Amino acid sequence: MIEPLIYELSSPGREGVQLPEADVPQTEFPKGLTREGLPLPELSEIDVMRHFVRLSQFNHGVDTGFYPLGSCTMKYNPKINEDTARLPGFAFSHPLQDPEMAQGNLALMYGLQEWLGEIGGFAGVSLQPAAGAHGELTGILIIRAYHLDRGDNKRTKILVPDSAHGTNPATTTMSSMEVIEIASDERGNVDLNALRGHCDDCVAGLMLTNPNTLGLFEEHVTEVIKLIHDCGGLVYGDGANMNALLGVVRPGDLGFDVLHYNLHKTFSTPHGGGGPGSGPVGVLKHLIDYLPDPIVDVIEEGNDEVPPLYGLVRPSKSIGRVKSFHGHFGVAVRAYTYMRMQGKSGLRAVADHAVLNANYLRVRLRDTYHVPYDRICMHEFVAEGCWEDAPEVHAFDIAKRLMDFGIHPPTNYFPLIVREALMIEPTETESIEMLDAFVEAMIRIAEEARSDPEILKTAPHNTPLGRLDEVKAARQLVLCCRPAETNQS
Amino acid sequence: MEFPADLKYTDNDEWIRVEGDIGTTGITNYAQDQLSDIVYLEIATAVGERLEKGETLAEVESVKAAAYIYMPVAGIITEINEELADTPEMVNSSPFDEAWMVKYEIIDPAELEGLLDMTAYEKHCQEREH
Repeated sequence: MIEPLIYELSSPGREGVQLPEADVPQTEFPKGLTREGLPLPELSEIDVMRHFVRLSQFNHGVDTGFYPLGSCTMKYNPKINEDTARLPGFAFSHPLQDPEMAQGNLALMYGLQEWLGEIGGFAGVSLQPAAGAHGELTGILIIRAYHLDRGDNKRTKILVPDSAHGTNPATTTMSSMEVIEIASDERGNVDLNALRGHCDDCVAGLMLTNPNTLGLFEEHVTEVIKLIHDCGGLVYGDGANMNALLGVVRPGDLGFDVLHYNLHKTFSTPHGGGGPGSGPVGVLKHLIDYLPDPIVDVIEEGNDEVPPLYGLVRPSKSIGRVKSFHGHFGVAVRAYTYMRMQGKSGLRAVADHAVLNANYLRVRLRDTYHVPYDRICMHEFVAEGCWEDAPEVHAFDIAKRLMDFGIHPPTNYFPLIVREALMIEPTETESIEMLDAFVEAMIRIAEEARSDPEILKTAPHNTPLGRLDEVKAARQLVLCCRPAETNQS
Repeated sequence: MEFPADLKYTDNDEWIRVEGDIGTTGITNYAQDQLSDIVYLEIATAVGERLEKGETLAEVESVKAAAYIYMPVAGIITEINEELADTPEMVNSSPFDEAWMVKYEIIDPAELEGLLDMTAYEKHCQEREH
């Protein structure tokens, strides 16, 4: 290994911190609760610092380079978000504080609920769900509660197009409902005939990812929604790709009954290892009473001199809590900051540029990489990473080779309806120079696939480590790091 | 890519070997090639259980994707390949022999009529390549 494990750097007796002498009487731990030889590494502060700084430098993040990971939207997180999240009033407040003593926090949450509602066209919003998939679960539980509340007990089917996010079928199963997969047509839309065949009085709802995982806007969206409503079902919108629609179209106006937003995608809060997600849920008026408990509301109207009094309220038919306290509040602060910094026109510009950048890449690459659903895309598009005259080369090899150019690979092998899929999402913040550099790298890789496929098969060459044994890693899970002497089994 | 002539196939890439009234099923060479390295396999049934045609008999996961394996015809499970859980890579190395997944008593032999023969399956695979 190029960097040893921290256990391998350990030297007996070395210390990083010296605890001050105790200034209170000491008490022995009860017998049986102590042990000898706690297996923790022993290092000095500088050893620890250098170890983790070195590891961080091996990483590739959106702060170090281009990161066109489709579906996951690895967009730049403006650093002012971090400043506001660290303001002492936000950072040091306690979730059990009396609401009257946390009015600033509640005002921010109320503002965020209102703006998300305005952006999506929804009457009510809950900030509780802790991630996108959690928002989906919340939304489907709301749909379920709605039907049950009306005594409509037959509805157990959720229709899910094959171009939906992979979490949609999982959500359905988690909600004790049955997944019915709906095929796509040749333009990447929901196949209306296939959909019609499944519309009956057992349909609880449809989960529609729009734009879908092909990066395409559903061209028959109003017809799809009408078909579902006509058979008594509700329509769930997977709003994970809302970054393509900000200020352009409101899902609530199209007839979506419920939708989740991903603050960590659309609203620039940290993502993945960078921080917890947040998946607020918006609903139309007829579902507002089912929202998770509590939501923030105005208890007493304010006036020019006195601000309104905010409080926590329980919607009358609430599905209950889906998260302790108030969701990921620190993430809400970052998303709120982003909206305030962008303003109305700025949010619209986010969508415009995200769509423009994706289409620029699609058009520049489509002669080199086959794009099976080749029409104006939204924030991302899907190309095939394979050629008939380079049978040895797969999407996987292209992805690995891109790392040699300092570019994070796009999502690959998803969606499943595209062979050797490469799902490319540049995001709105990238410059034309960066996009051109990506195109040049992709074109060069396509040439290498014919002239020197071996360079792709053995890539990456310029990274600290080359090809990791992904098969072995998946087959033989070692999830626990133990000091060398005990890690023999 | 070659497929044994003595087997029947489904368009979801399962194969069935019929010996008397006993059927044996696994996934085809084409399926394992599409999935690439298989890292996890779970048989989703038990000996004695009756599965209808199209019901899930196993789940597989590769480094690329996850897939369900379905019963080609209805049957009562008589034997399960227990080894596969520990060595799912057998599906890659020997899809038609060592990596059989379940054996079962075929309930209605008429259902076999609807399955693909080698030539039809070969054609089905070629069509998906384009």
